[in-house]
Amino acid sequence: MKNRAKRSILKVARVIRSKNSGPYELTLDIMFKDRRDYELFKKKKLVTASQIAALYGVDKSEVLKIIYFEPSQAIKITLKRKIPSGTPGDTDIYGAQQHAPLLNLKF
Amino acid sequence: MEKRKKLPPFKILSTTAILGYGFPLSSFKKGLSKKPDLIAADAGSTDPGPYYLGSGKSFTNRTAVKRDLRLMIKAGVEKHIPVVIGSAGGSGARPHLDWCLEIVREIAREEKLHFKLGIVQADVKKEIVLKAWKEGKISPLPFVPPLTRKVIENSENIVAQMGVEPFIKLLKAGAEVIVAGRSYDPAVFAALPISRGYDRGLALHLGKILECAAIAATPGSGSDCAFGTLQEDSFILEALSPERKFTPQSAAAHTLYEKSDPYHLPGPGGSIDLTGCKFEDLGQGRVRVTGSKFVSSEGYWLKLEGVRLAGYRSISVAGVRDPIMIERIDEILKAVEVRVRDILGKDSQGSRLYFHVYGKNGVMGELEPVKKTKSHELGIVIEVIGPTQAEADAVLALTRSVLLHYGYEGRIATAGNLAFPFSPSDVAMGKVYEFSIYHLMQVSDPAFFPVKTEKL
Repeated sequence: MKNRAKRSILKVARVIRSKNSGPYELTLDIMFKDRRDYELFKKKKLVTASQIAALYGVDKSEVLKIIYFEPSQAIKITLKRKIPSGTPGDTDIYGAQQHAPLLNLKF
Repeated sequence: MEKRKKLPPFKILSTTAILGYGFPLSSFKKGLSKKPDLIAADAGSTDPGPYYLGSGKSFTNRTAVKRDLRLMIKAGVEKHIPVVIGSAGGSGARPHLDWCLEIVREIAREEKLHFKLGIVQADVKKEIVLKAWKEGKISPLPFVPPLTRKVIENSENIVAQMGVEPFIKLLKAGAEVIVAGRSYDPAVFAALPISRGYDRGLALHLGKILECAAIAATPGSGSDCAFGTLQEDSFILEALSPERKFTPQSAAAHTLYEKSDPYHLPGPGGSIDLTGCKFEDLGQGRVRVTGSKFVSSEGYWLKLEGVRLAGYRSISVAGVRDPIMIERIDEILKAVEVRVRDILGKDSQGSRLYFHVYGKNGVMGELEPVKKTKSHELGIVIEVIGPTQAEADAVLALTRSVLLHYGYEGRIATAGNLAFPFSPSDVAMGKVYEFSIYHLMQVSDPAFFPVKTEKL
């Protein structure tokens, strides 16, 4: 296979965001600009639990699921919240600012 | 066999994403001109955190909620359109429901409106939860610790998210305005059409989108109305202000929001299955949705929510601009805590101390992959959670003063380590709650919630 420079997720994503899915889960969405890129990611499984675990420095078992959602050409990743929303020690009640490590995703 | 009559379109006006977030009068009027069969809004969320359920307070403003309710109830009663509100007061426990009902009664008096008010309580007594727990009828959601007797006993304001059944009961009893405690968000929209024979999957999926009103349109807004038309085999979404529209992408994107699996949306009694769902552009800002299915679960499960008191909080906010201190911030904060614990001894034992260091990892905490800050200044929120307010205040005061004058290695700014933006520097924030129950409970009767009506 020919080597090529890795591309940033920002080249192909329209939306990258994080939010609570209930107080115990954090859910991350990557929506693609172009259906072809979505299909490529889906076919080649370019987002894996190990990769997400590495980006967030968590155990793989804390990545609950990765789902490809056709109607929005989006990938949804759900993680365990280290600290449930609002429990002492929490830093982001809505979980809305936990997406930044995803911006470093390369493929 | 008698041929079934085709169902006419069922039209729903969703006013706002959360009661109290407001909506433009022009959108509301446009919605009314389309002769809706139902006006509804969801008032709740667990998003603002556990405090509101525990304290019995609403996270929305009373004046704002009254404004929204006044418009909805006045129009509904005058035009004979049922008005349905779920998760009253935000968290939907008894104090929140009472708070919302008081507003409704005030409106009725002020506007001289007379109607039959339906009320549903969502509170679940501890004895009921304990009994279900003993019988093995409680199941935790992912990442939620299993329930114990102690957790149940220490929990406050336990509520269950009700499905459509209590609403149907009240609508059949002739309620014109319904105010319910904690509800599954789509229930307020789906109950009436389901009782009239519309498809459960489509009605609930429509409700799932309408509960956030115009957030699912583009540009999205939580403070604007949305309009849904349910048919036998599909539903149609449209926005009511000229500046926004629904697109297949906006409607589908909303299905992703705040959920872990967009294809299967679980709720009371089963889940909405969207694997065969299609979003189709009808033009003029309208979208048709088909293929949403309801799949019944084995047994009828309700989601319970409960919180417990975690202590009392005190905080202080300060900034650091000294580069030598910023370089050593981790070791300094660690040493400060050791010093404070040493001075207070057992008086600090019950208190937890947190430093939220903005500019370093204040937002992501231990998830932060950037370990070394490049920031030239840091914002520090010193937080103490103690068993009483007095203990929290004492630990905070000492932590603040020790940090202010701490003589770290290499220090050359000897006048003080912190820039306080405020005097007083310390704030007592009162009770802190944490989620303790977020579990499913199996019930035999889906309409297990107490309902009543009241003539206003």
